[in-house]
Amino acid sequence: MLKNRFFKPLFSSFLDLAPILAVVLIFQIFIIQQPVPEVTRLIVGTLFVIVGLTLFIQGLQLSLFPLGESMAYAFARKGSLFWLLAFAFCLGFGAAIAEPALIAIAEKAAALASSSNIIKSTDIARNNYALAFRITVALSVGFAILIGVLRIIRGWPVYYPIFCAYACIALMTPFAPAEIVGIAYDSGCIATSTLTVPLVTALGVGLATAIKGRNPITDGFGLVVFASLTPMIFVMAYGMSI
Amino acid sequence: MIEWLSELVLNLLNTCRDFFPIATVLIGFQLLVIRKPLNNPKKTLLGFILVLLGIVIFLEGLDMALFPLGKLMAYQLTTPEFLGVKQPGQIVTWQAYFWVYIFAASIGFATALAEPSLLAVAIKAEQISGGTIRAWGLRIAVAIGLGFGLALGAWRIVTGFDLYFFIIIGYLIATLQTLFAPKSIIGIAFDSGTVTTTMVTVPLVTALGTGLAQAIPGRNPLLDGFGLLAFASLFPIIAVLSYAQIASWRSGRNLTFKP
Repeated sequence: MLKNRFFKPLFSSFLDLAPILAVVLIFQIFIIQQPVPEVTRLIVGTLFVIVGLTLFIQGLQLSLFPLGESMAYAFARKGSLFWLLAFAFCLGFGAAIAEPALIAIAEKAAALASSSNIIKSTDIARNNYALAFRITVALSVGFAILIGVLRIIRGWPVYYPIFCAYACIALMTPFAPAEIVGIAYDSGCIATSTLTVPLVTALGVGLATAIKGRNPITDGFGLVVFASLTPMIFVMAYGMSI
Repeated sequence: MIEWLSELVLNLLNTCRDFFPIATVLIGFQLLVIRKPLNNPKKTLLGFILVLLGIVIFLEGLDMALFPLGKLMAYQLTTPEFLGVKQPGQIVTWQAYFWVYIFAASIGFATALAEPSLLAVAIKAEQISGGTIRAWGLRIAVAIGLGFGLALGAWRIVTGFDLYFFIIIGYLIATLQTLFAPKSIIGIAFDSGTVTTTMVTVPLVTALGTGLAQAIPGRNPLLDGFGLLAFASLFPIIAVLSYAQIASWRSGRNLTFKP
């Protein structure tokens, strides 16, 4: 019982990593053919990634996912627009703040910015930069989920908000500082990762199922992609404002 | 040892802070707005502890393995010896970096094919299209899109073209395709682009991009190093929309999707 509960998820986390490891190994053995420095460290780190991922996903399935799903259904039935929108915003914000991939990339972006002399090269300046970046992204994800929920309730087509976001990005980029554009473009993809996607999809599909006249498949999807576009707009705006 | 432990505790505290908002949101709304007690508080608490430990160990592993691995691959694939440059100062053309593009494409193709959440989406798409769109076809389309996107992104870093230009063209293509695509597939097509970027691929791809920008002369990691992920989320959308279009043409009629 215990064996099954622990080893099965461990194996599935390994499968997540397997394609990357396979490609890297093939390249190392057949094409690069050079010695790899610090092999043990790489192997230990890979084991850490697998164990960490397993604990993380097991923990989510015990706590956040069932909680989030049952609440999405409860709010959809409750029918109070204000609380539903408030919940949508908070859910998006909280999920993005806790997203591990975003934590890691924010630190990397801060280190790069300080080595290029955009911010001071002190720990405090780096931490502030990373935190401000993450809060900007989280605000934008919350905003995106709010708009997405409103779209499902009103029955707007999926692509209206997406096209608006495209237009905004296209118009803003020429005016944004060049060094923020790359990070801004990537931030959307980083924010919608392992933690955010299942929670947000559960909310969208739950809502579309509960509201009459909505189809869970045509209306329920499309929340995630909007949440991956608004961070680009918000991060560029943040870059323009400082 | 003590230093390592104190760093671990500090990381654990930081993670608690990061995780605090979402836990408060869910429990707060549950108790105050829905006004129902938690179904199984013990299980929820255990889950929270596992999540916190998981994040700390995962982030440690990222620093030890995935970030260095991406950087190492970028470095090894761009050294002068590997490129076969004989005398220093010789100008390297973008064609010389072809292994970089093949590596990026392989990473994209392999991760997309192995992604379990994409499989779930693909099966749903097959159901709503009444079998016109095949689950395998959709997965291959995403894999080709992701592989092509990453290879093109790597090429952009090597040549130093403007990111903006590619993204705008990509948006235009996606917009045009959306207008003609079967309506019920649009949501799934757009979401499938973001489904493939997981906690494992994001750090590796970022490290690869910034590593390339550091290794290739004349590139700035901050200006050119990012942007690979933007390609990774855009091109699968285009590929899936194309596949849906082709599938509906092949079936000889305009698809009437069963809702």
